[in-house]
Amino acid sequence: MAKIREIAVFAENKPGKIEKITGVLAREGINILAITIASTNGFGIIKLIVDKTELAYQKLKESGLTVSLNEVLAIAMKDRPGQIHDIALVFSKNGINMENAYVLVEETRKQAYLIVQVKDIERAKKLLEKENLKFYDE
Amino acid sequence: MFWQEEIEVISREELQRIQLYSLQETIRRLYYNVPFYNQKFRDVNLKPDDIKSLEDIQRLPFTTRDDLRENYPYGLLAVPREKIVRLHTSSGTTGKPKAIFFTKKDIDQSAELIARCLIMTGVKSDDILQNMMTYGLFTGALVMHYGAEKVGILVIPAGPGNTERQIALMQDFGSTCLHLTPSYALYLAEVMDSKGIVPQRDLSLRRAYLGAEPYSEETRIKLENMLGIDIYNSYGLSEMNGPGVAFECKYKDGMHIWEDNFLIEVLDPDTDEPVPEGQEGEIVLTTLKREGMPLLRYRTKDIAKIIPDTCRCGRTHKRISRIFGRVDDMFIVRGVNIFPQQIERVLMGIKGVAQNYQIHLEAYDKMTVKVEIEQDFFDGNIEKLLALKSRITEKLKSEILVTPQVELLEPGTLPISEGKAQRVIDNRNL
Ligand SMILES: [Zn+2]
Repeated sequence: MAKIREIAVFAENKPGKIEKITGVLAREGINILAITIASTNGFGIIKLIVDKTELAYQKLKESGLTVSLNEVLAIAMKDRPGQIHDIALVFSKNGINMENAYVLVEETRKQAYLIVQVKDIERAKKLLEKENLKFYDE
Repeated sequence: MFWQEEIEVISREELQRIQLYSLQETIRRLYYNVPFYNQKFRDVNLKPDDIKSLEDIQRLPFTTRDDLRENYPYGLLAVPREKIVRLHTSSGTTGKPKAIFFTKKDIDQSAELIARCLIMTGVKSDDILQNMMTYGLFTGALVMHYGAEKVGILVIPAGPGNTERQIALMQDFGSTCLHLTPSYALYLAEVMDSKGIVPQRDLSLRRAYLGAEPYSEETRIKLENMLGIDIYNSYGLSEMNGPGVAFECKYKDGMHIWEDNFLIEVLDPDTDEPVPEGQEGEIVLTTLKREGMPLLRYRTKDIAKIIPDTCRCGRTHKRISRIFGRVDDMFIVRGVNIFPQQIERVLMGIKGVAQNYQIHLEAYDKMTVKVEIEQDFFDGNIEKLLALKSRITEKLKSEILVTPQVELLEPGTLPISEGKAQRVIDNRNL
């Protein structure tokens, strides 16, 4: 199964953080495929999926940002109603907790993926492969 | 009005005679009963009989807060433990607090001093004191409480916080005097204002005693206008009984220090030499009447000056100015002494926290500790950061007894700094 990696950036509640990130990526010609911002009382985490993951990670780190690279599950979504619900059911049936989820649409716009963060990704993959779910192919 | 007129207006000569007698008596007890002091005297080759004048105090060793810490818990008692009836503590720079002990006589004596202070500001038998300092291990509330009871007025042991209830108590019982910190007084005045309460019209307040935190004359005037009352400055520290060491009379021009109980020196903190009267220096105090735990030449770290000349009120006990600052980096929140080192020690014991931190003090009750996280700690998991934040909050709270706001920052955000100036950013404008 192919894996996909997400870049997480720590962000204090201070304006300008996103501009800083997008600025770094634009200069390097890196495309953002998906972005999500989780913010809480006091700070937030910006998560990105990009086309040149390793380069983006290095450049963001060099620019002084607090960055981490994490493997996530990218589950292929069928273009029909109730698809996220179906995936959620599979997760709960297998006792896997979705810690964070967002949607990534392929550049060709033909395929959408549900990006899911889980605690034990190896265990989750093993269980989900048996469930007839398809994953992103890098 | 006086509580103990004969001692409050005593002639300087007579006062100094009493001081010398009490000093010699204190020194003898320390020499024979407290091994720590006995050793200190031996170190400088001094015997109690060598102290023949008040000036001779300059030959005596100092007592520092480190000495209190090293002799924690019972090391500085000058009486058998069984004679001690109360313990108070005060925070120190490192884990252990400073222990302060009172015998029955000490409690009575500290209450006498408070009684002098209250009567000096015009308290009468119909007054009602709402005591809004913290009851507990800190000296602030209890010492005032006992003193007010000695005067014989009604005391409402409200403690701090819960401002709505505080106002309700004032309305229901007609409190005339308040005892609180200046930062809480400012907050209280703002809350009253926002609720449309006009103290002059809706309450019976006459005066407030503000202490435990340094504040300016401007703050006093502002609060007097907002609350429509007289505000009196109060000076004290746990190591010296708590409040009532020095207090303002109705002329509000410096605080009379009760010199029959405390021998005051004002020293240059760098040379340890006395500064000329009227100049700023570190206040160094020697207890003259304390039985349980007398202290010799205690370095308060507070910077103030003696106000020369006698006071119009007739009291002959010298006056000290308000406290201008500290020799060290201690700061006070909600009347609680806090050292940056305490915060630092807590932070450095928590995994995921980087070297740098900053303490921001805003209005009453608001203390923000800004903490940098470690680069490697960050893995994109928000729950992990939230858990870190609450762990920091809890650990700080149990160390300093004040709940701070904790702000997590990226590594490298805070300026790299040493010392108080940049560690503690005080925007309270007290
Ligand atoms: Zn006076």
